[in-house]
Amino acid sequence: MGENIFLNIASWIRGLLDSIGVPLLASDIIMMIVKASAIIVFISLNVIWLVLMERKISAYIQCRIGPNRVGPKGTLQTVADVIKLMTKEFLIPRSADKVIYLLAPLVVFAPPTLAFAVVPWGDGMAAIDMGIGVFYLIAVTSLSTIIFWMGAWGSGNKYSLVGGMRVVAQMVSYELPLVLALLGVIMITGTLNMSEIVEAQKNVWFIFTQPLAFLIYFIAGVSEANRTPFDLVEAESEIIAGPYTEYSGMGYAMFMLTEYASVLVISIMCTIMFLGGWLAPFGWTFLPSWFWFFLKVYVMIFLFMWIRWTYPRIRVDQLMGFGWKVLVPLSLANIFVTGIGMYVYRSIGW
Amino acid sequence: MLSDWGAVLIFLVVGLGVGIGGVAVNLLLNPRRKFAQKYETYECGVDTIGPTWVQFKTSYFLYALLFVIFDVETIFLYPWAVQFQRLGLFAFIEMIIFISLLVIGLWYAWKEGALEWK
Repeated sequence: MGENIFLNIASWIRGLLDSIGVPLLASDIIMMIVKASAIIVFISLNVIWLVLMERKISAYIQCRIGPNRVGPKGTLQTVADVIKLMTKEFLIPRSADKVIYLLAPLVVFAPPTLAFAVVPWGDGMAAIDMGIGVFYLIAVTSLSTIIFWMGAWGSGNKYSLVGGMRVVAQMVSYELPLVLALLGVIMITGTLNMSEIVEAQKNVWFIFTQPLAFLIYFIAGVSEANRTPFDLVEAESEIIAGPYTEYSGMGYAMFMLTEYASVLVISIMCTIMFLGGWLAPFGWTFLPSWFWFFLKVYVMIFLFMWIRWTYPRIRVDQLMGFGWKVLVPLSLANIFVTGIGMYVYRSIGW
Repeated sequence: MLSDWGAVLIFLVVGLGVGIGGVAVNLLLNPRRKFAQKYETYECGVDTIGPTWVQFKTSYFLYALLFVIFDVETIFLYPWAVQFQRLGLFAFIEMIIFISLLVIGLWYAWKEGALEWK
């Protein structure tokens, strides 16, 4: 039921291109542009929905109602906000480094887009089924640190500069446990291809065999996505909005879009590496694989939001200390334990 | 046939297109009423004092140095992890020695107070 709907659409477009005699390379390129555009439109719609979801969840956690004026039950609130941001003035402050200041919002959405290219959205539904998928995804997502720093430096604002320094320090510190945590999974599967990693979880999800890695990845992921309790980068009460302080209009909107897109990337990675990706739990295959994938992703996102509106922000020294003194040693220990555990299992006769 | 990296290039172009398109639409639609105060640096209503781009805390730099060392380590660990089951015990012990060296480095940095936020 609906399992192959997206694959059928893709092969229908492919057939259409073939029937009008488009050469193979050109039709490949057109197909890839169609896929990329479809993914980006889908992500943008998701982000519009996520902003509303975040506001509603935070409202209910704080015993409020949340946005309820625009559209039925306030569902069109974010759409109205986007239209408002589009028609706001794009301010360039006098003290800004104009080239860098302008460049940052133009390129900021590229890293998450690149990351979404290798994600298997369902059975056989990766836009690019890349052999080194996991490594590639880690590489491109860490690029966004530089772009946040560009925005922070270019603004010529002291709050932005403090925020930018924190972006670099925090992302750099939590990148390590994030990357090391995934190693346990890769040692078990012996591949970096995401589809194969999902297939390897047919019998048991890696959250059960690698619980510590999942926990480390999740905590580091909260930090990488700059969300409370690790949101020192844009701690509203001390540094206004961190790197985005000076941005207005679409400049601000692009940063916000990237922020929510990176939450999606982290949730998607959790799902693929630890929660069995598109695989249906208990063999409930009556729902399509992509549906299960998104159900799991949204459970992860809800967890992110729940944590954000439950815990207070921690201090900078606590943040850095926790990253380097707890998460890095723990993730290294996880590699040891996984390696030794695999030898023990094999000698027992797995 | 389109190679994997050609496809990545297309994704990069589309991703950049979103940013450029969004800002371009904004620049077409936005109002421009210029007056001097509007282009001041935002600082809660007071004039900003002194230059913005000043020397900064060295702690940030220490973390960056540590990061470079450990990040290179993780790049070495990835190919090893992929081949882990085929390489056998010898490679595993070798990697334990390699990681131990870095753990000693981390311990030294810790002992010297590079991980303290002062």
